[in-house]
Formats: sequence, structure tokens, C-alpha cells
Amino acid sequence: MAQWIDICSKGDLQPNSGVCALVEGQQIAIFYMPEDNAVFAINNYDPFGKVNVLSRGLIGDIKGEVMVSSPLYKQHFSLKTGQCLEDETVTVAAYGVRINGERVEINLNGAA
Amino acid sequence: MSKKKTLVVIGNGMVGQNFLATLMASDIKEGYEVVTFCEETIPAYDRVHLSEYFAGKSADDLSLVEQDFFEENNITIHMGDKASSIDRAAKTVTSDKGIVISYDTLILATGSSAFVPPIPGHDRDGCIPYRTIEDLDDMMAAAKTSKVGAVVGGGLLGLEAAKALQDLNLKTHVVQFAPRLMAAQLDDGGANLLKSKIEDLGVSVLTSKNTTKIVDGDTCKHKMVFADGGELETDMILYSAGIRPRDEIAAACGLKIADRGGIVVSDQCLTSDENIYAIGECASWNDQIFGLVAPGYAMARTVVAQLAGEESCFTGADMSTKLKLNGVDVASIGDPHASSEGALVYTYQNGVDGIYKRLVVSSDNKTLLGAVLVGDASGYPTLSQYYLNAIELPSNPDSLILPARSDESVGLGPDALPANAQICSCYDVSKGDICTSIEGGCTTLGGLKGDTKAATGCGGCAALLKSVLDCELEKAGVEVNTDICEHFAHTRQDLFNVVKVEEIKTFSELIHKHGKGKGCEICKQTVGSILASQWNEYILKDSHVGVQDTNDTFLANMQKDGTYSVVPRMTGGEVTPDGLIAIGQIGKKYGLYTKVTGGQRVDLFGARVDQLPLIWKELIDAGFESGHAYGKSLRTVKSCVGSTWCRFGVDDSVGLAIELENRYKGLRAPHKIKFAVSGCTRECAEAQSKDIGIIAVEGGWNLYVCGNGGMKPRHGDLFATNLDKETLIKYIDRVLTFYVQTADRMQRTSVWMENMEGGLDYLKSVVIDDKLNICEQLEEQMRNVVDAYQCEWKTTIEDESKLKRFRTFVNSDKHDENIVFVEERGQVRPANIEERELLLAEEA
Ligand code: SRM
Ligand SMILES: Cc1cc2nc3c(=O)[nH]c(=O)nc-3n(C[C@H](O)[C@H](O)[C@H](O)COP(=O)(O)OP(=O)(O)OC[C@H]3O[C@@H](n4cnc5c(N)ncnc54)[C@H](O)[C@@H]3O)c2cc1C
Ligand code: SF4
Ligand code: FES
Repeated sequence: MAQWIDICSKGDLQPNSGVCALVEGQQIAIFYMPEDNAVFAINNYDPFGKVNVLSRGLIGDIKGEVMVSSPLYKQHFSLKTGQCLEDETVTVAAYGVRINGERVEINLNGAA
Repeated sequence: MSKKKTLVVIGNGMVGQNFLATLMASDIKEGYEVVTFCEETIPAYDRVHLSEYFAGKSADDLSLVEQDFFEENNITIHMGDKASSIDRAAKTVTSDKGIVISYDTLILATGSSAFVPPIPGHDRDGCIPYRTIEDLDDMMAAAKTSKVGAVVGGGLLGLEAAKALQDLNLKTHVVQFAPRLMAAQLDDGGANLLKSKIEDLGVSVLTSKNTTKIVDGDTCKHKMVFADGGELETDMILYSAGIRPRDEIAAACGLKIADRGGIVVSDQCLTSDENIYAIGECASWNDQIFGLVAPGYAMARTVVAQLAGEESCFTGADMSTKLKLNGVDVASIGDPHASSEGALVYTYQNGVDGIYKRLVVSSDNKTLLGAVLVGDASGYPTLSQYYLNAIELPSNPDSLILPARSDESVGLGPDALPANAQICSCYDVSKGDICTSIEGGCTTLGGLKGDTKAATGCGGCAALLKSVLDCELEKAGVEVNTDICEHFAHTRQDLFNVVKVEEIKTFSELIHKHGKGKGCEICKQTVGSILASQWNEYILKDSHVGVQDTNDTFLANMQKDGTYSVVPRMTGGEVTPDGLIAIGQIGKKYGLYTKVTGGQRVDLFGARVDQLPLIWKELIDAGFESGHAYGKSLRTVKSCVGSTWCRFGVDDSVGLAIELENRYKGLRAPHKIKFAVSGCTRECAEAQSKDIGIIAVEGGWNLYVCGNGGMKPRHGDLFATNLDKETLIKYIDRVLTFYVQTADRMQRTSVWMENMEGGLDYLKSVVIDDKLNICEQLEEQMRNVVDAYQCEWKTTIEDESKLKRFRTFVNSDKHDENIVFVEERGQVRPANIEERELLLAEEA
């Protein structure tokens, strides 16, 4: 059952980049691509650098897959699934996220 | 095991040392006990680049001997000890210091000395030959009390010596016995043009002057009196009127000496004694002595091959030459005087641009016999390949010297060269050797240099080497993909041009027009940097935020634990006590780790993203500004304390460093840029390891470019000497803008230079001679960047909407609890994973 949690306003998002939200003790990186009117949410924890920084990486795509590049050691993670594109054994959690009017909402139980 | 033989080498000059190095690289080295006598007080150095000593190169820079070479190879070197006699019957060598060594094989590599005309007064004080480092020290001492200098000799070396006198700020004259300059290499047309070019440099040239005596002067220390009755007043005299082989020790032990001097040698480089070889400038082969280094190296190789039992011959050498003077291009190949029978001549003369070119070809118009180039020597590599490899000329040979019209290409493609074509004459590297190295997996210029040594001598072959490499790679189907990433089928330089020409201001506009997809960290950062270099807009403008590297978007460098470092600018490394106190107080207040960096400033570590604006506000209030430690931009201009305090200081290095840092701060580039300014040639600021290095000398500032510390250190190249500040800044503006416009992404100036076709000479021709006619545009671009400077941190803390971005969480005021410090040596440091887990568990 989808549980949408209100996080912040759309204006709090950083166009073409990321911000971090604290949701029930979890750090969640939220990325916003205004041209596609798309938002993505994955865990903020970088499993390689072992610190909370993914929201501060550059975003874009690799062969069409939307991704964020870790600011520490530059591994790429899919924004849709959290899958690391360089190492198939590594995945970070991905969450449901949507823009509802002027508000941004998260669903911790999985992709929207 | 058979007993080792003793091999003695007399003379540790360029050729003697090359012989030792070649021997040590061969399999037969184990068979010899090697002893060498070195008359000079330092081991072999690069005489070819001797003149650079004036421009700040040290004896160490010029050394040809790798560190610990003698120790590691078990060679005994008797320094500062001259071999005084040879007893051929007893097979011994005796030295000035009384050492006696028995030899099995003896190598004479005694070189030559500068010819000093035996006229009355030739050895007056301040009359100096131009040959050794010691001579140069004497010259510098003499120059201190001189205003006028004269060089006896108008050949290649004489002109180089004249340049040296000019660099020492003396009014300079060249006195030439022959009716024209470079008589051996040039014809009249070429020599006349050269004369006017030399005069344009401010050197006066006197030809057909036979000096009969040197006496006390009236206005200067000396007066040279000429056979035609003329006179010249001068304070110093340099002799550079040819060389005399040092054959005295050979003559004294009865070895055969040539009529015109020099130890007679066979094709095997054997003297008239079968146990004694002679190599280099002391040897006379076929009644010829060779005043160049490459033939000497060829002789050294011949002898090592003989010792190894291989058949090997020295077969003479190419005497083609190129003059190494700033701003004067002269080259001569083969027989420029058309003295061969039936030789035909083509001449091209362009009085407007001061260009003279002459080709001498065989009677059937098929082979190149010689050439003279003055004013534009760019054709030298191609022409010398035609000459050396007897490649058949095109049906209209004059196309080789006529200016290129439309799109016809007159260069000789490297593909046309046979495998045995010699590409590098200094190290005898053939095209075949290069291809072997490439087949072995070597695909970069740097790699080839390391592998084959090609282009590491005089450097003259670098452009040719690169074209062979490119051509071979292309043939091997190695597609050199220069696209920066999957989103743009462009090189960085292409993108730069597009941005500039189409006046594109944002990444999204560029990718919509010229790229595909959404971009990635590679193209975004590259384009971010290009936009900043070109337009220098505020880097956190909404349209730019998403394309900057993490460090740029937060205007701070991310550390391993996700915190940031804070580096305020400290121009030239100068800081007031109050400034230091302010930094100390801020560091203390925010609990930051403080450290003095390798760039002469203070770094504060451990700031959380939300603390950055608070810390910067305090720093700015205390008078600091952003140090751009996060940007691919100007980092630091290091300085030494300079003439203000230092007893050796020649000029105010701190003042200049501060001025330069303030000028170029904020300049965004393909990679970071570092400068340093030293107040004298002791070089305490290590300027020669910087992208831009400046050293104060008596005549002004010497400029070095494209040095690097870091992973692959590279000494900067001496770019120009004795500059006044205005010219210095002009050159730096041009070099940097040219770098910004043409380098690859993440390419430091050192690598940019290594990959530049034509190398240093090309860069000089662009920046100093304005060969591409772009200098005005380069300067204007720099002016725009300088004018658009802003402290990004100041702009940021004044803009509420930007500050939003520095929150840890959009929906909470909490901090990242994963950031945990422990204490070490009285300061904080990031906890390691175990410590962190322990501490977090305790808290929970
Ligand atoms: C802080 C400092 C070390 C220190 O504690 O002294 C430092 C720290 C870093 N250096 Fe450095 N370098 C520091 C002086 C140097 C120097 C010395 C100098 O500037 O005189 C060099 C050699 C000189 C040179 O660059 O030619 C140097 C050569 C490098 C290199 C190798 C560059 C190369 O071309 O090989 C890198 C890696 C790179 O840039 O790709 C590097 C990269 C880095 C990075 C950015 C690594 C990273 O990505 O985290 C470090 C950032 C730390 C930070 O947060 O500020 N650092 N680094 C020094 C800061 C100087 C300053 O005040 O701005
Ligand atoms: C200013 C200058 C610029 C030059 N430019 C170029 C150039 O552009 N291109 C080029 O190809 N060439 C150039 N040359 C020439 C080049 O330097 C020489 O060809 C080369 O140095 C010859 O090497 P060598 O070993 O035969 O002689 P040297 O380098 O002169 O070495 C001979 C050594 O033997 C020592 N010696 C002599 N007798 C004794 C003894 N009895 N006992 C012990 N030691 C002894 C001498 O002190 C000397 O150190 C230039 C030379 C000068 C001076
Ligand atoms: S040397 Fe390496 S570890 Fe030290 S500061 Fe530079 S980049 Fe960091
Ligand atoms: S020809 Fe001198 S370095 Fe190659």
C-alpha cells in the first residue's frame, strides 16, 4: 500500500541537481530534471566512499539510463533503480517520489 | 671466469659520456673495468644548450649524467684530473695528479677547444673563449663591469654567443673575418638576409674584418684594431671563431695527426694504434672534423659495436644545422653552395616578410643535394628527410619552398619514409625503431620518448616523431576517438569554438543544439569550465549549478567523510598577523582542523555543508576572499621573500606574485594552474615546477612555462628572458588564453605542451611572433575574464536564494550524524569506519 509522505515544496528542489531529505531517520537524495518534469529518489549513502554524499553528485545519463555520479569516486548509480552501473553486485535503495501540485512526496516502500 | 679488461676513456664531455652510457646499456659491459678522466670540475653536461645557462639553467639542469650513474655502473671517474701522457708501449695513462692506469683499450674523447686567434693582446683580461661552463662564469663576472661586448666569429656559435651577450644587456658586436655570416652554411642571399635579421635584434655585424691586435681602449677597456684600419672599442671579447681539436696528448705519444689537426681515425674510429680509438670532436675522419654532437654519438656507437665484436663503420655524417636563436629562423642542409657537378638551384625570395629559401637539386631534378632556409625554417624537417633518405623529389621541386597555396600539402607524409629513415639524429632512432615500439603497445608521444629516447636530445625531431606516431596509429586502425563522451561527438577544442562562435551561454542550449541525451559528469564539467573561461559568469547561476563538479557547486573541496575544506586566498603566500589570528579564531570557533598547505596558504578542514556560508561570511568580514581551491582555475602564485628582505634578492618577487595572483584569480581553465615567482636564480619558490614560473634576473624577469609537480614532474621550458613586467604579463595573458582555448579537458599545461606539434618553438611563434595573428584576440579575452572577476563566496553569501542549497536536509535542521570526528595531535580528524561505528553505537 503506497504511503506518500510530504517532504518539501517543489521550490526546495534544485533543478538539474540533487538535494537531501531526512525521512524517518533515512537520508534520501532527491533529484529533479525540470525539462522532463521528472523526480527521482535514492538513498544518499555512497557504498564505496561509505558516507552520505550521493545527493551532491552530478546527474545525467549513461547510454540513456538516468544516473548520478558519486562526487567522491565517480561511480554511476541508476536514478530509477539505484543499481551501480559499474558493479552489478552493488545497489542503493530507490524510493517512490512524485510531485503533487507544489509539494514533493516520498514513498519509502519502493518505486512509484 | 676470465679476468676483466681495463678500458680507459680520456675526456668526460658529451661524446665521452655518451660512449659510457652506450657501453653500459650493452651486454659487454661486464667484460670491462672502466676508468675515465674528466678534466673539468663537473661531469659531462649539455654543451649544445650551454647558452641557456644565461637564461637561468643551472649546471645541474644541463647535466647529462643520470644520478649515481658512475656508482651504479662501477665506473671510476677521476674528477678535475687531466690525463697528461700516454705510454703506448707500456699501455698506461698518467694524469696530472700522478695517477697511472694500465689499459687494454683506450678511448680518446678529448673534444676541442675554441679557436683563439694568436694576435697580440688576445689574452687580455675579459677576453674569453666560449666553450665551457667555467667560461660562462668568467663571462658573467666580466659582464658585470662591461657595457659593450664583441664576439669574434660570425658562425653558428658566434651568433649564439652574441645572443648571450645581449642577454647580459651589453651593446653587442659580431666581428666576422669572412665576407658573410655563417660562411660555411649559407650562400650570399641567405647570409645577407640573416645579417639584417641579426641587426634587427640590435646586434651590429661587421664582416670582412681581420683583427690584427687588441690594445687599451679609449672609451672602453679594449680596442680591436682591424687590418683595414678600422677599430672597435669594447669591454669584453668572446672567441667563437671555430674549434681546434684537442689532439695534443695524442700527438705527444706519436699517434697520427691530420694536417688540419685532429686525431686520424679509420672507419672503425681506430687511431694509428690498434688499441686506441678516438671519437667526437677530437677525431679526424677523411680529413674532416665534425663540430656537431650527432656524428660524435655515431662514432661512440661504432666503437661500442666493435668492442662487442660486431662489424660497424662510421660513414660520415650529415652536417645540416638549424640555428637556435629566438626570432631568427635559419637552417642549412647538405651542400647549400651547389658545388656538386650539374647541380640546379631554385630560389624563393620574399623581401616583404624577410624570407629566403634556396634548394639545390641534382642535374636530373630528382634528388635534393642541399638547401638554405632563412626567415622561415618550418620546411626543415621535411627537406632534411628528402635529403637524408634520398627520397625522389616531386616533379616540381619548387613547390617545396613556395608558400603553400590553397589546400595543397607540400609536407612529406611520414608514410613516404623508408623504415631505415633516421627520425632522431641525436639518438639515432629510425622510423623502424619507432614502429617497433608502437607495435609493442606504445601509443603516446611520452611513451615513445621514454622507450626510444627519440626527441629527448635537441628536440628538433619532435614534430616528425608525432606525425610518425599518428600515421602508424591510423594505419593500425587504432581509431583515435577524440569525442569527449557519448553525449558530444566533439573534442574540447571543438566545443570551445562552438560556444564562442555561437555565443552559447548555457549547457542545456549547447546539448540541445550539438549533443544528445542529458549529459554526464565528463561533458558537464568540461562545458561548465568552457562557459566559465569564455563568459566568466557567476558559477552558481541557476543555469550553471547542475553542470559544475561537486566541488564547484559548493565552492569547497569535498573530503573523504563528506565534509569540506575551506581555503581563503593568500596572494603570494603573504598574510598579516591579524589575518592569521582571524583564521585561527574562525578555525577554533567551528572546530576545524587547520594545516598549512603545499601551496603557501592555510586550509581549514571538516566544515559541514551548512557551516560553509557561516565560515565564509566571517572570513570575508576579516578581509579574505575565495582561494578557488575547488576550481579548475588559478590556484596559488607561490613566492619567495625576494629582494625586500633576502640579501640575494634581485627583484620583488612577493610584489609580482601578488599582482599576478590578483590578475588571474578566478580564471577557469581545462585544469588547475599554478604559478610561482622567485627573486633570484636560487629559486626558493620552485618556479620551474609550475605551469607559469618567473625568476628575477639582472635584466628583468625570465619566464618559464608548462612545468608541473605532481604525478609526472616536468621542468618548465624557458620561454623568454629579461622581460619587463608589461611584456611578461602580455606573454602570460597570451599563453594562458591559448592554453584555455586549445587544451584537452583535464590537461595540465605540461601535457598540453608535450602534445603540441612543434612544441616550445611553436608556442613561441604563436605568442611572441604572433604567427597565427591572434594575439590581440587572446589578450582581449583575458581582459574580459579579468574584468569579470568576482569573489564567488561573496556573491553567494549575499544571495538568500543561493544559501538554500547549503542545507544538509531540505526538511530538517539536523546534521548528518555519520560525520564523526576523533581527536589527534590536538585537532579533529574524521573517524575511521571502526571508530565511527563504535562511537555511534555508544551514542545509541
Ligand atoms: C591541500 C593540498 C595538500 C596540503 O595539505 O598541502 C592539496 C590537496 C589536494 N590535492 Fe594537491 N594539494 C595541495 C598542493 C599540491 C601541490 C603543491 C603546489 O601546489 O605547489 C601539488 C604539486 C604541484 C602541481 O600541481 O604541479 C599538487 C598536486 C596535485 C595533483 C597532481 C596534479 C598533476 O598534474 O599531476 C592532484 C590530482 C589532480 O589534480 O588531478 C591533486 C589533487 C588534490 C586534491 C584536490 C585531491 C582531491 O580531489 O581531493 C586535494 C584536495 C584537498 C582539498 O580539499 O583542498 N594535487 N597538490 C595542497 C593545497 C594547495 C593550495 O593551497 O591550494
Ligand atoms: C655554445 C655551443 C653551442 C653548440 N651548439 C651545438 C648544436 O646546436 N648542435 C650540435 O650538434 N653541436 C653543438 N655544439 C657542439 C657540441 O657541443 C660538440 O660537438 C660536443 O660537445 C662534442 O663532444 P666531445 O665529447 O667530442 O667534446 P667535449 O664536449 O668538448 O668534451 C671533451 C671533454 O674532454 C675533456 N678533456 C680534454 N682533454 C682531456 C684530457 N687530457 N684529460 C681529461 N679530460 C680531457 C675536456 O675538458 C672536455 O670536458 C655546440 C657547442 C658549443 C660550445
Ligand atoms: S598528495 Fe595525495 S593525499 Fe596528499 S593531499 Fe595531495 S592528493 Fe591528497
Ligand atoms: S634529433 Fe635531436 S632529439 Fe631527435
